Amino acid sequence: MAEKKRTIIPIGPYHPLQEEPEFFLLGVEGEKVVDIEWKTGYNHRGIERIAETKSYDQVTFLVERVCGICSTSHPIAYCNAMEDLAGIEIPERAKYIRSIIAELERIHSHLLWVGLAGHFLGYNTVWMWSWKYREPVLDIMEAISGNRQNYAMLKIGGVRRDIEESDIPKILKMVEKLVPNLDLLTGAITDDPVLHVRLKGVGILTKEEARNYGATGPTARASGLPFDARRDSPYAAYDLVDWKVITRQEGDVFAKVVVRLLEMYESVKIIKECLMRLRKVKTEIAIKVEEIPPGEGIGHPEAPRGEVFHYIRSDGTNRPVRHKIRAPSFCNVPTFRATVIGETISDATIILAAVDPCYCCTERMAVVDKRTGKKEMNGFDLIRLSQEKTKDLRRKMLGK
Amino acid sequence: MKLKDWAFKKSPWIFHLGAGSCNNCDIELLDCITPKFDVERFGILLVGSPRHADCLVITGIVTKKVLPRLKRVYKQTPDPKIVIAVGACACSGGIFRDGYNMAGPVDRVIPVDVYIPGCPPKPEAIISGIVKALGDMK
Repeated sequence: MAEKKRTIIPIGPYHPLQEEPEFFLLGVEGEKVVDIEWKTGYNHRGIERIAETKSYDQVTFLVERVCGICSTSHPIAYCNAMEDLAGIEIPERAKYIRSIIAELERIHSHLLWVGLAGHFLGYNTVWMWSWKYREPVLDIMEAISGNRQNYAMLKIGGVRRDIEESDIPKILKMVEKLVPNLDLLTGAITDDPVLHVRLKGVGILTKEEARNYGATGPTARASGLPFDARRDSPYAAYDLVDWKVITRQEGDVFAKVVVRLLEMYESVKIIKECLMRLRKVKTEIAIKVEEIPPGEGIGHPEAPRGEVFHYIRSDGTNRPVRHKIRAPSFCNVPTFRATVIGETISDATIILAAVDPCYCCTERMAVVDKRTGKKEMNGFDLIRLSQEKTKDLRRKMLGK
Repeated sequence: MKLKDWAFKKSPWIFHLGAGSCNNCDIELLDCITPKFDVERFGILLVGSPRHADCLVITGIVTKKVLPRLKRVYKQTPDPKIVIAVGACACSGGIFRDGYNMAGPVDRVIPVDVYIPGCPPKPEAIISGIVKALGDMK
């Protein structure tokens, strides 16, 4: 490698748009990416340690703030772990409400991702549209929980708020209104010939690699691994309603887009069915938890990005002795070594984004020559590179 | 009013820095520029470099690793500038106040002009905060 001119591109740690700071170093030779490194820790808040100083009820609200986008998945994981530890079965009505909230969160997270992926490809219209269609989802959340984010719906032994009988028709109507919008987005994305050229066969993660890296969620399902914690180890109401796991065999970026788009339809189906069932099931929404016995418990529900894992150890007091959290991006980010290496720099942006790695910092990249240390490009240039590639393709294909 | 201040009030450009937040404030901030709220029609724009920015919008508790970077970004932002702390974490440390990796809140590191509390604040609250900050400019 010493002979060839090798360039290092740092990505991050700050992204002007949003999300957690993360830092990637791309090693490139000319246009080709030959190496990638991941540095993290900008966002380390010491949550596991703080959890050990809080009581069990308080930790529910702490884990909600692990990630703002998955602010239901983490409490569900934590409550599942606690219920596993204490041997509690939650009431049926609480199960349905948990599923409704989790699926609404999935739709909002996937729409958010589709929008940002569109932005990185130079399709700002997709970004604006999908964020516009995300707003009704947040309105439903506000109607149910009182807040647009951080819903605070979960508690050990059930849920904190009920969905009133009188609200169900309104919510059903709002959910049904989402479908034409999803149709529009799905149609616009899957019919676009430029996007096909830009995304198909790019950043392929084979089935074997996905298995070896331990990928989870849509990243694994797009590579033909039909793993979904909702089906494999049912929690909430996922074993009570009818839905199917979406998989694709290709493993490229396009497959990841399609998996996410189709998953949203399944989510709408689950929400509608749960709301219908809520009318018949008139149980309590939570049971009273008297005490937490000593022991261990795990919870591993399916977050929008993959399987999230919580482990709790209790010694019989009112606070956890050990609380371990593993987020899905931790499993999915290492797959970059399989997907990005060998691709061009202009494709790296979208491949990194395809995993939805709690997005990080693709926009603050800079190309640095490894030998001279001189900056050649910054993040805007890289995004521009990605957007220009799409523009060129569009010009060639449509003759514009 | 000088020309510079007049121009500043007309079209404030914003640089957003997530200093160890949970993303919620960040996506609500980003929500402000998408169709439902669309602050771009008032000339408010998210920019990618602190050197182009008039407002520094900071979310999250300032973690120890972010601390030197936050100071640097503050120095890179040209005067006159306003610093806006968005969310409970940036204002006071919020639920992470007792964490071992906490170097903030923001006003312990750099001077803050506007605090927008909430976990997360709604986009309306963020817009209102920025508008108030501009109204205070003399």
